[in-house]
Amino acid sequence: MNNKMLNLLLLGLALVAPLALYPVFLMKALCFALFACAFNLLLGFAGLLSFGHAVFLGTGAYVTGYLMVTYGLTPEVGILAGVGASALLGFIYGTLAVKREGIYFAMVTLALAQLAFFFYLQAPFTGGEDGLQGVPRGKLFGLVDLSDNLNMYYFVLAIFIAGFGLIRRTVHSPFGQVMKAIRENEPRAISLGYKVNQYKLLAFVLSATLAGLAGSTKALVFQLASLNDVHWFMSGEVVLMTLLGGMGTLWGPVLGAGTIIAIQNVLASGPLANYIHVIMGIVFVLCVLAFRNGLVGELQKLIRKNFN
Amino acid sequence: MATLFDINLFALSGQLLIGLINGSFYALLALGLAIIFGLLKIINFSHGALYMLGAFSAWIGLEYLQLNYWWALVLVPLGIGVFGILLERTLIRPIAHEDHLYSLLLTFGIALILQGLFTHWFGSSGLPYAIPEELQGGTRLPFMYLPNYRAWIIMFSLVVCAGTWYLIEKTKLGAYLRAGTENPQLMQAFGINVPLIVTLTYGFGAGLAGLAGVLAAPIYSVAPEMGSNILIVVFAIVVIGGMGSIGGAILTGLAMGVVEGLTKYFYPEASNTVIFLVMVLVLLTKPAGLFGKEA
Repeated sequence: MNNKMLNLLLLGLALVAPLALYPVFLMKALCFALFACAFNLLLGFAGLLSFGHAVFLGTGAYVTGYLMVTYGLTPEVGILAGVGASALLGFIYGTLAVKREGIYFAMVTLALAQLAFFFYLQAPFTGGEDGLQGVPRGKLFGLVDLSDNLNMYYFVLAIFIAGFGLIRRTVHSPFGQVMKAIRENEPRAISLGYKVNQYKLLAFVLSATLAGLAGSTKALVFQLASLNDVHWFMSGEVVLMTLLGGMGTLWGPVLGAGTIIAIQNVLASGPLANYIHVIMGIVFVLCVLAFRNGLVGELQKLIRKNFN
Repeated sequence: MATLFDINLFALSGQLLIGLINGSFYALLALGLAIIFGLLKIINFSHGALYMLGAFSAWIGLEYLQLNYWWALVLVPLGIGVFGILLERTLIRPIAHEDHLYSLLLTFGIALILQGLFTHWFGSSGLPYAIPEELQGGTRLPFMYLPNYRAWIIMFSLVVCAGTWYLIEKTKLGAYLRAGTENPQLMQAFGINVPLIVTLTYGFGAGLAGLAGVLAAPIYSVAPEMGSNILIVVFAIVVIGGMGSIGGAILTGLAMGVVEGLTKYFYPEASNTVIFLVMVLVLLTKPAGLFGKEA
């Protein structure tokens, strides 16, 4: 009951948030929150650290951006195409990556992402260093004009809720239980007869698909798809968001993404603007050394302590 | 078909030389990664940053302290080695017993800090470092022109790689190291100070990265991004070779440099990506890596 109340409260807050905060900032936070949640599905629940997840964000952004610029598709079709492309790439990369484990998995995903980075850098349709600019937001179902920031915000919010709901459903499903079993003890999961690699692959594809959804949406919000979206730094950033918020928790990545985006926003206009990477690095080191449960994890610990 | 044999020997050997030089750096860095991985079981994401730090230290030494190249070649690896030892003792050691993913993330954070600081201090465009006087000029061979400094890089890094291989595979110290890789508890029971060996190993790996940085300073421009760019390629090389064997890491590094050089000649568009494509091929056919043991 308590949980339901909390969810309703959060939904209410999200609905009125544009009254108090700049909608573009909120949309950015929502896109990254979805991206981090998708990443967390893989790291937090299946125990797989992908260090190249930006490639799926970027693929979603580029495909959606290119199709909307060139063919003037409606946004829902553009997003669908971007998501499809990410899912396909996720299947290909996932098939390769699940062949290795642990830190090799991280290195393989990073190297594969770099492969795609060079492809996007050289391919003629991406605009190279300048990126794809002037992506039109279009009219949703040909009816709702998304160039209005408030309309766009509610559209992004709806996408986020759908994505988050899917992740929550997945985590609590029998499939999610098997994922967690693989995370905790892979040999045991194998001996129980689960085809571990197929489960890992499915988790990978699902995570890539949702990361692509975040990327496609982000391309519409900023009307831009650029190399930043596929750069290894972006892959590191999503790891940081998840770690800071609390990996393996549902709300952790949302909180982590919000916090990082807010920090970056504040820093960007202040005297520390040049130190953003340094500060991200320091947050990384602090999280690993002292703060491994993340914000949500520590909060849960606090609540548990005080109610016992 | 005629065009296939219409090979410009001059250009081809030039690209092969560049390939060998890149390969020397890949080998030095892959070697350091493999040594650190062997004992600490962590993948050192700071490795590229330490390489960058080595190049910058050489540049700072020349610019502000009048330390020439030869002094840098001796002092910088030692300095970076000590820096590595400090890192290991203060930051990496406390989480050594945790999941190894955490040490990966920790070293990634350290790399971000270092790269960010140097970008802030020196800007992201590269700084020039002059080739030392003794190694300027070159030799004209019948099929190519061989700059002396480039020949020096290849010879020197081969000697360092071979020396390290000998140290690890053939000496008593190396035997401790290999035994520590197999079973640290048993080693400790025999009265060997394993934590000390671990620290020294990290320091040695870091020193190798610093050394590679000094070697690189005169031919690549000294830039904050130089480390992260090369590190990702070296990761792919480590996946191709497998980290189980020191010799394997060296050979794979050199070979991939040559493959890259050949690609630059025959199909330049793919020269950035060819190593990653080789990695894909290896994953499909021999997932444990060319020199890796089946996990």
